[in-house]
Amino acid sequence: MKHLLSINDIDRDFALTILDTAAEMAKVTDGPVKKLPTLRGKTVVNLFAEDSTRTRISFEAAAKRLSADVINFTAKGSSISKGESLKDTAQTLQALGADAVVIRHPASGAAHRLAQGRWINGTVINAGDGTHEHPSQALLDSYTIRKHLCGGTGDLSGIHVAIVGDILHSRVARSNVLLLTKLGATVTLVAPPTLLPHQVEQWPVRVSYDFNAVLPTVDAVIMLRIQQERMSDLYFPSEREYSTLFGIDSDRLGLTKSGTILLHPGPMNRGLEISAEAADSEQSVVVEQVANGVSIRMAILYLFIAGSQESVNG
Amino acid sequence: MSLALNESDITRALTRISHEILERNSGSSDLTILGIPTRGAHLAHRLAAIISTIEGAPVQVGTLDVTLHRDDLRLRAPRPLMETVIPSLGVEGRTVVLVDDVLFSGRTIRSALDALGEIGRPIRVQLAVLVDRGHRELPIKADFVGKNLPTSKSQSVKVSLREHDGVDEVRIEGESA
Repeated sequence: MKHLLSINDIDRDFALTILDTAAEMAKVTDGPVKKLPTLRGKTVVNLFAEDSTRTRISFEAAAKRLSADVINFTAKGSSISKGESLKDTAQTLQALGADAVVIRHPASGAAHRLAQGRWINGTVINAGDGTHEHPSQALLDSYTIRKHLCGGTGDLSGIHVAIVGDILHSRVARSNVLLLTKLGATVTLVAPPTLLPHQVEQWPVRVSYDFNAVLPTVDAVIMLRIQQERMSDLYFPSEREYSTLFGIDSDRLGLTKSGTILLHPGPMNRGLEISAEAADSEQSVVVEQVANGVSIRMAILYLFIAGSQESVNG
Repeated sequence: MSLALNESDITRALTRISHEILERNSGSSDLTILGIPTRGAHLAHRLAAIISTIEGAPVQVGTLDVTLHRDDLRLRAPRPLMETVIPSLGVEGRTVVLVDDVLFSGRTIRSALDALGEIGRPIRVQLAVLVDRGHRELPIKADFVGKNLPTSKSQSVKVSLREHDGVDEVRIEGESA
């Protein structure tokens, strides 16, 4: 278990270990000294070939709180924008002695390529690859749900989660479906048929086109961003129609049970998939997700790179 | 595998340590007892229960996980973290009694002192252990010791506690050199 490329890389017990570890990391973050010596002398490279705010600063904050050295590497302003290949970039990182490479890339499978290419010795952590996976986001979503609805311990048995919106292009949805079902939750996908992936019927989920009918039955709602940058075709007639049928606003929130929480991975398109009132409501945990993201990423970095790779792998 | 302490030995040792802690600190009002998981945490709760019975007042007790401060992290596979619970009054300006089952190299206690420093600044820190088996690698000494057990380095000391192992006993495993 050297790389975190997909939720499929971790089993249920290890996923719970990550969540438990994150809960302890959160206590450090709440304390007067927000710094641990754990990763002193380790180097973490943030390789972001695609725009990101939350994930990048969250991994950076996590690495710094564990005393790792952090090198940020973004597409804009680096040789990636001059057309340097992933292999050449990776070899540069290897020369820098990176213990971990946190990679965000517009191409699905980029993290996998980096890990399997044998170009680098470090641990590869997938921070979102194209429309494939975003495991740390799924872990922080499960952490947030568990904290609010399960008393912060155990798995997510008996919890019903709706994932709503652009499932087709969403790596967040793919990772979340894998992790939530692994942890025992029931998942319902809500989207127009055009935004559901092929063979979704083979996923371990329910599918609905009727948001209002699903809302009273769920404990948590994960809204997904409409990803204009990945949309090459017209997937719905108009933004207004999408918003009316699949957006969440205060009226729709009113259909939920009390205690149902509202998540969004960010960045939010206010007025499109989520109204400003819903985003800022009592039920919204969007801001808390960011704080939880730091704890989860501290846990991931600790569990994947704190030990000696030599001794772990023999 | 020889039995070093049985259930009543352990109970007597903990009772004596409780009295020594109270004597040294003139009561329990400024005390915060922090056990190092796993077995140190159980011992800390037992000490707190005995002290609160003697004093007739509740004692501040909690647990302190030291994993993230260990100096051997780089040498081994990462371990899951244990729970840290700091009691309501915190550690700032209080007398903290760290509790562990076995004092050996002293490295766990060094990690605990670092972990403690991140939570606050106690007025003083004392150390209580059930067993001191020697072989210190750092200049660390226990204030309260249940039993000194001379051992060779190749032996291991196995502490079992009711809460965690179903039985109270301390055994020495392996041949003495």
